[in-house]
This record gives sequence, C-alpha cells and structure tokens, in this order.
Amino acid sequence: MALSILHRMAGVALGFGSLLLVYWLASAAQGPAAFAQAQGFVGSWFGVLLLFGFSVALFYHLFNGIRHLFWDAGYGFELKTAYSSALAVLAATAVSTVLAWIVGLSMGVR
Amino acid sequence: MSQSTGNRQLRSPLGRVRGLGAAKEGVGHWWAQRVTAVALVPLILWFVVSLIALIGADHASFTAWVRQPLNAILMTLLLVAGFHHLQLGLQVVIEDYVHHEAARIASIVAVKFSVVLLGLGGIFSVLKIAFGG
Repeated sequence: MALSILHRMAGVALGFGSLLLVYWLASAAQGPAAFAQAQGFVGSWFGVLLLFGFSVALFYHLFNGIRHLFWDAGYGFELKTAYSSALAVLAATAVSTVLAWIVGLSMGVR
Repeated sequence: MSQSTGNRQLRSPLGRVRGLGAAKEGVGHWWAQRVTAVALVPLILWFVVSLIALIGADHASFTAWVRQPLNAILMTLLLVAGFHHLQLGLQVVIEDYVHHEAARIASIVAVKFSVVLLGLGGIFSVLKIAFGG
C-alpha cells in the first residue's frame, strides 16, 4: 500500500528537517544576531510552509508508526482492519496538525 | 547442516545458541528502533506544539524557554531518541536500496557519523543555553 512507502519518505524528509532544528538551536546558542537571522527565515512564508510540512510529516510518521507497532505485536493484519487503520492514520494526522497549530499559535510568545 | 541425530533444523547448534541470525546482531537493531519509536511518541507531541508556539520568539524569550529545566531535559531526550531513531531508519533504507556493498557500507557509516555530529551539535547548543552560555 501507498502508506508504507510514504512512511519511509516522511522519515527521510524528517531527517532533512532535523538539519533545520539543529541550525535553529545552534543559532540560539550562538547569540541574538544569529538567532534573529534564523527566526527571520522560520517566520517567513517559506519558513512557515516548511514548518507546516514538517508538522504534517511528523504526525503522519508518528501515527503510521503506531500502526506498525500494532502489526509488530501481531494485530490488525486483516485486510478490512488494515484499510480502516489507514483511514484512521490519515484522519489523526489531519486533526492533530490542525489542533497543534491552533494550540501552538494560541500559546505563542509574540 | 548439523550431523547430530534428531536435529531437523538447518541452523547449527552453535548458531542457535548464539541466536544472532544471518545479520549477526540478532534483534538489537529492530528492538532499538521500536523502543526509540515509543519514547518519541510523547516527545514529538510536546515538540510540535512547542515549535509552533516559538515561531516568532526573540532571542531572550527563546533562551528563557530553553532554560526551563523541563524544556531542556525534554529537548535533550528528543535529540537523543530522535537522532538514534533516524540513524536506525536511514540504515534500513540504505540496506534496502544500495546494493553495491562498498557503497552501502560507506553510506551507512557516513550517515552514522553525520547523525552523531548533528545530535551532539543540538545537545551542546541546548546545554550551552541552559547553563547560561
């Protein structure tokens, strides 16, 4: 199924995203000037878009990963169950992404 | 194949006792990938919300956030579990798609080195901020 290769692609994409995370932390450790530059990028429309994609990939990989853990334990192999858990993964990804942005933006420090 | 009578398995008695299989490392890699996955579930939920909340933060408020012990600890845990999980996952992807042996070994080692370097860079940054650098 398509979700399986998507799981890998999301994982690899998250690997590239982790470069951005370390750059962000390192710039903060370096000082206000470097951090302002990093935040300027993160706060730009492209940065927010990247962050949005990052959050979608994270939630997708997380929920589909939980699906894989159930398979590892020997549950959910029936075709009907596998289809409905696939739908559940997609729904959970969409709902969590929207929720995380609502909660995150409302907690925002700006 | 074993010569001993009554042994109907293809694996030698020594192989069975070691229990490491063809990969020579048993279930270590597989298990570590699952354990880090479970650890990452709560960490990622915390991380995504924090990340979004910190989008417009200036340097003072960001470092103040990192300095809170809970945030520094969770961020360090996330970096350790996350980069370990990333290394394990990328290794499986490389093993599946890179068939030339030298290239496969070289890319697995390159990924390991890069991931350790990146993870350490992130952890060092968090600790430097947390301890008032």
